[in-house]
Formats: sequence, structure tokens, C-alpha cells
Amino acid sequence: MTVQYVTHPDLARSVTASPNQPAPDTGGIAAPAARRDAPPRWHHRHVLDLDDFSRDEIELVLETTDEMREVLARDIPRVPALRGTTVATLFYEASTRTRASFELAGKVLGADVINLSASGSSVEKGESLIDTVRTLQAMGVQVIVMRHPRSGAPYLAAAHCQAAVVNGGDGWHAHPSQALLDLYTIRRRYGTLAGLRVAIVGDIAHSRVARSNIWGLTTMGAEVVLCGPPTLLPSGIGPRISTAREEVAFPHVTIEHDLERALRGADVVMALRLQKERMQSGLLPGLREYARRYQITAERLALAQPDALVMHPGPMNEGVEIAPEVAHGGQSRIEEQVTNGVAVRMALLFLVARGG
Amino acid sequence: MTPRVVMTEDDLRRAVVRIAHEIVEEARGADDLAVVGIQTRGVALGRRIAALIEGFESTQVPFGSLDISLYRDDLGLRGVKPTLHRTDLPRSITDTRVVLVDDVLYTGRTVRAALDALIDFGRPQRIMLAVLVDRGHRELPIRADFVGRNIPTRRDEVVRVRLRETDGRDEVVLGTREELR
Repeated sequence: MTVQYVTHPDLARSVTASPNQPAPDTGGIAAPAARRDAPPRWHHRHVLDLDDFSRDEIELVLETTDEMREVLARDIPRVPALRGTTVATLFYEASTRTRASFELAGKVLGADVINLSASGSSVEKGESLIDTVRTLQAMGVQVIVMRHPRSGAPYLAAAHCQAAVVNGGDGWHAHPSQALLDLYTIRRRYGTLAGLRVAIVGDIAHSRVARSNIWGLTTMGAEVVLCGPPTLLPSGIGPRISTAREEVAFPHVTIEHDLERALRGADVVMALRLQKERMQSGLLPGLREYARRYQITAERLALAQPDALVMHPGPMNEGVEIAPEVAHGGQSRIEEQVTNGVAVRMALLFLVARGG
Repeated sequence: MTPRVVMTEDDLRRAVVRIAHEIVEEARGADDLAVVGIQTRGVALGRRIAALIEGFESTQVPFGSLDISLYRDDLGLRGVKPTLHRTDLPRSITDTRVVLVDDVLYTGRTVRAALDALIDFGRPQRIMLAVLVDRGHRELPIRADFVGRNIPTRRDEVVRVRLRETDGRDEVVLGTREELR
């Protein structure tokens, strides 16, 4: 996969600017050579999806997350790294963990965090997205964490303001911070992502979590198996149903309709939330039918590697896409995902605010 | 002017041994003493000092590493890379006497950040500062308790400490930024 920096016009500027500018006296004049001479590893003004992240950049996020976990483990988890930085969470869609963890992440790093949601703000009076982000920018907000039901909305925001935009989930498109915390959780267990077999099961077609995970996992060298009912699988992905060109684009992603074959030999089993509205739109006959064929049960999990990780981005429908004894069993990393989510979001805020 | 070696391998070794002796003398032993190195070359120096003190006093000296990136006041300025290193302190530093170790003392801003970081972990009984090189030009009211060598410098010069652990050899070099690039 090629690294697509083209979507970031600021990249060219930052890369060409730095070698010409003398490094400021940082006090650590004898600071390590790596800090002084190494090319910058961070090229993003915004974090919109993982499709334009290189392996090295993902690695930087994961390494930074390790150090953020150390901060979180302290008696008083608070450092002044983002003191004087204002972070706004702007959520046009419901969220518990993403919003709470971004807010907590900002506060642990010493940033000022303000929370806005569509209800109760000028959005209800018909203010446009562009006007809203420009208003925030005019107030001195430097980082906007945004969730929106429309795919692509954060890209629009990013194109119309100077603040850094972090995508907290947009429509069916992308959820980069969730994918990064998934990568981190897997890497903590296995030490690497390369060569692992990751089965993602459920409503792939409508899942921004699955999409960002596919980018992240394949960039890091993992094999991805997507499994779900045919109506909930995206077209145009994986060698089986794709055109020849897309086969080249996603050589490490396969589509599998049979759950047992998808799970066999998997190192990680990721269940996705099944949304009830899929029933109303006629994509699924019923919950019970879905659970019978696609629920991750203890019996099916036994087909995966003996110590395979069980993950779920939450919120879970226990008894639908995942059996309660699996969700809370010994192989489950679902709670750890939430804990790691705070550290990963600290790393992202730190890098977008200070990495440029 | 070409870069010149201001401390050779032998100079460096003697300076580190002397610092270790001075610490033990000043602290009257190694009880409740902990050594904390500032990432990254302060860690290598700190390890050497802690090992030497353990040899002199036949006792264990807790050692920790400290990354001060999250406490810098120049984060986000051009050229400062947000690469974090490991912070791993002894279990408790409260009521211990901490020797903070860094390679070069210059403006004092690194040490200021390190003091803030350290104090977030507890309340040491005392914090001392040991540096291999003091090159002057302080911008804050900070001084070192133990100094390997005072080296007068101009602001446009660079002091480059090279250590076996990080650079493959022990020496201290002084030159201009261009010369040492």
C-alpha cells in the first residue's frame, strides 16, 4: 500500500520548512541526536482516517501511547504538556466512550476542554458546520474533536478552519482513534501486528470502525478476514468479489461468509455492534436469525487460536453479536480497549497539538 | 575552528567517578539515595553513577529514568520532536534524596522541567543535580551540586556529549552547529 500524503497540503510545507530553519535552542543543546537530526515522524495536521498514515506514523502513535499509559498509571495523572491549548469536542451524534475519553485525555494533558453537542447549541438554530467550526476557531480553539453522522463531515471542517480536526467518527466512513486503540490493544498482547490474522465479524458495510481498522491493520502487516451476512458486507473489497485492480489494493483482506471458516486460526476476533435499524431497512430478517448464524459464542471462539483476543468497539448488544460469557470471559479485551482508548487519545491530541 | 574534543574518554571516566564520590560524601552515605537520569544521555550517565555508588557503599541504589517531554515549555516550537522516552522511577521517591543526572547544564530549562516532573511523583526529601558539563548561559536560577567540568562556551556553539551506551564512544566535543551536524 502506498502512503497517501497528498491529502495533506500542509505536509509539503512542514517538510520543506524544517531543514532550513535552525533548530531553536531547546536548553537541551546536547539533546539526543535523534531528537535533533531525525526527520520529523509526524506529518498530520488533522487525523481524519488511517488511510494516509504510514507504518512509521502508526508506530509513533503506539509508542507515544505507551508513555501516556505511564502518565495514567500515576497517583495524580496530570501533566502540563498541553497547558494553554484549548480542545473542543463537537459531537453531532451520541457517544459515551469516545467523547468521555477524548475529554479525559485532554484534561490529563492539561488542556482546556469544552464540550459541544448538536442539541442545545446553535446547530439547533440551523448554524452550518462550517460556521460552527469557524466560531470555535475564533474563540481560540486549537483542536476540534468531531463526530458527525455524515461521512466526510470532518474533511469539510478541516478544509474550512485553521484548527486541527480529529475525527471522532463520521457516518459509515472512519473512526481512526478507535482503530488505533484496537491496534494498540492487539500489539500489547502480541508485541506486533505483522502476520496476525484478525477476523472482523458483523455489520461491516455500515461500520466506520471496520473501515479504519482495515486501513490500520493492513498497513501494519496483519491479515484481515471480514465476515457477516452478504447484505451487510461492502461491495468492492477483497479478492473474491472485487475487480482486478482492487485485488491489488487490498491483498490482505478476504471476505468470508461462513463464520466458522472466518474464525479458524484467528489471533483476534472483533465483533461489531449490530444496529437495530438494519432490521427495519430489510437488510436482515431478524435478530434471532442473525445471532444464530453470526454470534461469537464460546463454541465458535474455540475455532480460533487458543488464546485469541476478543474485542468489541462497544456499545455491545450482548446475546446478539456476542454471547455474554464471551464478552466477559478470559479472552475478552473489551474493558482494556476502553482503558487504552484514553491513552491513545492522549497520544493523538499530543501529536496534533505539539507534533507539527 | 574545527570541533575540538574537550573531554576525552579518560577525562570523562574520571569526572564520573569523582561525581559519584562527591555524591556519597555530600550525602554521607547512600541511605535513602536514588539516582534519576534525564532521558536520554542522563540515563546512561545516571546508571554509571548509581553503579559506582553501589560499589563504594556496598548497597543498592534505586535508579530511574525520567522523560521530560511532557513538561517542556518549548513543546511545539520548531525542531522539538515529540518523541517520548520511557519514564520509569523507583517505586516511591517520597522522603528519598534524589540525585538528578543530566549530561549538559545550559539554560536550566530542562532541569526546571525535570523538577516539575519529579515533584509530580512524590515529595523527595532533597533533590540534587549532577551534570557532566556546565556550559553556562543560564536563563533560570538553577545550579548544579556536582559538575564534571565547567566549559566556557559561546551561545552559538554546541556541546556534544557522546557516550558508549548511546553513541558508541565516550567523549565531549565543542564546535559550531554546522560543524557538529
